[in-house]
Amino acid sequence: MSKVSLTVNGKLVTADVEDRTLLVHLLRDHLGLTGTHVGCDTSQCGCCVVHIDGRAVKSCTTLVGQVDGADITTIEGISKGDELHPMQAAFRDNHGLQCGYCTPGMIMSAIDIVHRYGGNLDEETVRHELEGNICRCTGYHNIVKSVLDAASRMNVAQAAE
Amino acid sequence: MGIEGIGARVARKEDRRFITGRGRYVDDIKLQGMTYAHFVRSPHAHAKITGIELDAAKAMPGVIDVLTGQQIVDDKVGNLICGWAIHSKDGSAMKMGAWPAMAPETVRFVGQAVAVVIAESKNLARDAAEAVVVHYEELPAVANIKAAIADGAAQLHPEAPGNIVYDWEIGDQKATDEAFSKAANVVTIELTNNRLVPNAMEPRAAVAEYNPAEEHFTLYTTSQNPHVARLVLSAFYNIAPEHKLRVVAPDVGGGFGSKIFIYPEEMVALWASKKTGRPVKWTGDRNEAFVTDAHGRDHLSKAEMAFDADNKMLGLRVKTYANFGAYMSLFSSSVPTYLYATLLSGQYNIPAIYTEVVGVYTNTTPVDAYRGAGRPEACYLLERLVETAARQLKVDPAELRRKNFITQFPHQTPVIMAYDTGDFNASLDAALKAIDYAGFPARKAKAKSEGKLRGIGLSCYIEACGIAPSKAVGSLGAGVGLWESAEVRVNPVGTIEILTGSHSHGQGHETTFAQLVADRLGIPINQVSIVHGDTDKVQFGMGTYGSRSAAVGMSAIFKAMEKVEAKAKKIAAHQLEASENDIVIENGEFKVTGTDKAIALPMVALAAYTAHNLPDGMEPGLKESAFYDPTNFTFPAGSYICEVEVDPGTGKTSFVNFVAVDDFGRLINPMIVEGQVHGGLVQGIGQAILENAIYDDSGQLVTASFMDYAMPRADDVPSFQISHTTTLCPGNPLGVKGCGEAGAIGASAAVINAITDAIGNNRLEMPATPDRVWHAMQLQQAAE
Amino acid sequence: MYSTNYHRASSVDEAVALIAKGSDAKFLAGGHTLLPVMKQRLAAPGDLVDIAKIPALIGIEASGDTLTIKAATTYYDIMHNADVKRMIPAIAHLTSVLGDPAVRYRGTIGGSVATNDPAADYPAAILALNATVKTNKREIPADQFFKGLFMTALEDNEMITAISFPVPEKAGYAKMRNPASRFALTGVFVAKLKSGEIRAAATGASQDGVMRVPVIEDALKANWSASALDGIKVSDDGLIEDIHGTSDYRANLIKVMAQRAVQAAG
Repeated sequence: MSKVSLTVNGKLVTADVEDRTLLVHLLRDHLGLTGTHVGCDTSQCGCCVVHIDGRAVKSCTTLVGQVDGADITTIEGISKGDELHPMQAAFRDNHGLQCGYCTPGMIMSAIDIVHRYGGNLDEETVRHELEGNICRCTGYHNIVKSVLDAASRMNVAQAAE
Repeated sequence: MGIEGIGARVARKEDRRFITGRGRYVDDIKLQGMTYAHFVRSPHAHAKITGIELDAAKAMPGVIDVLTGQQIVDDKVGNLICGWAIHSKDGSAMKMGAWPAMAPETVRFVGQAVAVVIAESKNLARDAAEAVVVHYEELPAVANIKAAIADGAAQLHPEAPGNIVYDWEIGDQKATDEAFSKAANVVTIELTNNRLVPNAMEPRAAVAEYNPAEEHFTLYTTSQNPHVARLVLSAFYNIAPEHKLRVVAPDVGGGFGSKIFIYPEEMVALWASKKTGRPVKWTGDRNEAFVTDAHGRDHLSKAEMAFDADNKMLGLRVKTYANFGAYMSLFSSSVPTYLYATLLSGQYNIPAIYTEVVGVYTNTTPVDAYRGAGRPEACYLLERLVETAARQLKVDPAELRRKNFITQFPHQTPVIMAYDTGDFNASLDAALKAIDYAGFPARKAKAKSEGKLRGIGLSCYIEACGIAPSKAVGSLGAGVGLWESAEVRVNPVGTIEILTGSHSHGQGHETTFAQLVADRLGIPINQVSIVHGDTDKVQFGMGTYGSRSAAVGMSAIFKAMEKVEAKAKKIAAHQLEASENDIVIENGEFKVTGTDKAIALPMVALAAYTAHNLPDGMEPGLKESAFYDPTNFTFPAGSYICEVEVDPGTGKTSFVNFVAVDDFGRLINPMIVEGQVHGGLVQGIGQAILENAIYDDSGQLVTASFMDYAMPRADDVPSFQISHTTTLCPGNPLGVKGCGEAGAIGASAAVINAITDAIGNNRLEMPATPDRVWHAMQLQQAAE
Repeated sequence: MYSTNYHRASSVDEAVALIAKGSDAKFLAGGHTLLPVMKQRLAAPGDLVDIAKIPALIGIEASGDTLTIKAATTYYDIMHNADVKRMIPAIAHLTSVLGDPAVRYRGTIGGSVATNDPAADYPAAILALNATVKTNKREIPADQFFKGLFMTALEDNEMITAISFPVPEKAGYAKMRNPASRFALTGVFVAKLKSGEIRAAATGASQDGVMRVPVIEDALKANWSASALDGIKVSDDGLIEDIHGTSDYRANLIKVMAQRAVQAAG
């Protein structure tokens, strides 16, 4: 057992957990943040993606010890009160989700893509960058549309700031 | 249509909880005192269990109990059932071996449950499961159809000699033989329809709780049809009578057929919750999904088509072997028979068809309905056969299809189905135009000059959806009726709750069903809630599969709405002192036609519940229910055209363009319909070029994780050009046909027809991996 | 995953000491090879020593004709590093097609090289560029480092601290991905070193892991061009045959990927 402290969605959290605990299980089982999902055993599907210190990472492939002291953002932490994050809004407006299971990881990865590319995104780049996120429902068509739409919304928002 | 009514592209009401991480899936549920189950599973494809040692596991930290197959048999939990009785040619019933929820004596596929550990945490349960020692005496295994039907093959079940479940036929053999005897040309094809793993992103899960004071169970489960689950768990598995068992399917992360069936894990969780006196949670991991979720497809077929000298189709003869795996899953028997062979007429006027289907046991995971269920297999077979015919007869593949299209409706095929309506030329014309078919030869030549091989492929599919008229399916052996129920509750303040037996696990019912109500009453969809997935709330329902929720589920809502509106009009007329025949409903108001007299829906509802001033003899309240049983299947149809480029160096296929033109009848929400098509297309493309469940000869699943089973990723597939042609379905009040499976049914043939066109070699099996395509190119070059 | 004890090391010496003391202990950097294996209970290290935050193991140094990438530098930092892009752009490209974005944030070059997965990408670059693997004990030339499937020259308590690449005259990498795992079905790295030596290494193809391909090296020595490889035949002896590709397909891929790598190298 080890004691870890980390910031999750802006709140300082400490937990006493087995060393084998993965970040995704800390979030889901100990902190009740069940928006982050598990969809595979092999670090491929991306249902579990969260931001660790601002970078989109697979929480199923991260031990809690590795993130002691880190700043974590989950799907529950990206909207400002009732105001959706532009990526969330774009997924809704473009029908970028169906069953919703891959969606949190998809959105967290997609925000990271836009952060890295800014306005220089095209369909081919988005498809390549989504390699680590598997969706079985949408056929990706509307996910790609959502990310491109959100990229323009986020860039407009950034320009306005 | 109103802004939120039928035909409007309304953003989904359910999305907010999913995009903010507030969905509630089964694994998100945590009950007081909950324990965790981990299954001990067979590592062998076929073996006798000669002993189980439990003591070490029971002594491990946190272990509450370890339970075995013998115990579940001793407790008289019923064996798993197959709910559709199929009879062989000789009239005999299908031959079924017993399938206990955990194996007491013999295991017949890798991953079959043998025992279960119940412990205080998931990790502790898994730790202890490794300490359970099962002694096996290995038996020879048969891992595929050919091995199973070979002379001297190992036998799975004494009840099924030769590993044959049934040897079934449909159609007129004599008439078909005569057609072939008159043929000017006969075209033949032999094909494998590759086995697929459904892989809904949410692995299956169950949480079971037993209340001894009430002798009552609650089961939260990843189900597409919770009421059917309750019925089967009660009537056949002896878990509890229906009134003592509540089944809840909350948010469910995709199904694609795999979550229709009642699996051993739910049964064991319920049984164990009573045995241990604690709530039990089981959550599958991806590896368990690979070896225990019912797989799809897996056919070997030979088909021949007879043509006259004018290239008109005369007859079709098909023989198919279907792999059922080690046990008959819930609806498995119907998939390669009534969901497959009845669609072999496709969009074509084929005077005579004869099909034989042999169902085969193998030492593999059970096979059942997977998105499309039988219809993708039919479409793939037929559309590859037609394309092959066009190449052999040296006619344009679009023209050969057009020449043989059914153009008069209704049309009775030789294989049961009576198509009600359609316009196959319209969808083909639209697709040819969208892809610029006329310009293809120039594009192919240009690609060739750049060192690429370009090909184009067509697929004209038809499917039978809106499953299904109860009387008809009953006469064909179904154990259940396939109607749907609905209840409309108008609350005293005028908001509305729709209770439906359909289940949404990605389809967007909370939006589309509300759009129907909005359309009829002229109220915003946020005034309407859709309640589903809970047997305590909804009286009964048959669930969601077979593209049935719009055609059957919404038709039930439509009927209930008519009843509610009729009563509301009576109340409004009484309040307004007018004749009920003069009342019309507009923008949420009940108006006296031709006057400015009106009363708003909330006031009508309030009047219904205060009951201070109702027409004489009228019961208070405003709530109606209805059952809708369809009179026929619905027949979505369309044309898909795919243009690909093959890299001659690597055999890798990339998509240049993919056009889909569908006729789904009336569209409730085109945005959602398009999403359903996109997803289906990618499952069809996945089958065509990526996905394959491969067993080695010993019965080990070689592709048991995403490391080996190629799931379609965003960069494997294109964006799509989607459009619609419309003939309204005459069989239901909304004119809808269903859209959930079309993409998965029509896409794979279009892709393979395009790749074989590109490489000039028609001998290519799915999945057309780069390796296979490259080898086909080498053979073709050697032949040239 | 089995129970394990996690330790975070703050220096190389501390890390090596923790490994020596631990029970079946393993170094943990990004964890993107080790943790998936542990999750499937195929590995059960009693102790994990996290080296990802040791300052001496992070960073990229350019000096003269040598580019040194320290072991715990992440893929993401490698592919975006200006010196990497300027001095050996083929390494930046290789890194950009390795894993997926989330993996690239965590995975490290040292972890990839130490594992020597037969379908990993970096071993091909190291072998083709004749790089030097630096450890806490010694320096190991590439030709002596890779010892077959998942095997390296690393000894007990030995840790990779950096990889030093000689800057080549030209280099290129091309890869055909495994459609499921997205590892290399076959990847080929070609390099023309400043010494004039021509080297080509293939990953994903051989049953023995990364290997040099003499037939390609010979042809490119005579004529550094993609067309120089048109007539060659790569033997399929000892190549992997699996559900994703036969050995003769992989032999073809070695040639085709080598041609594309030469084109990319310019």
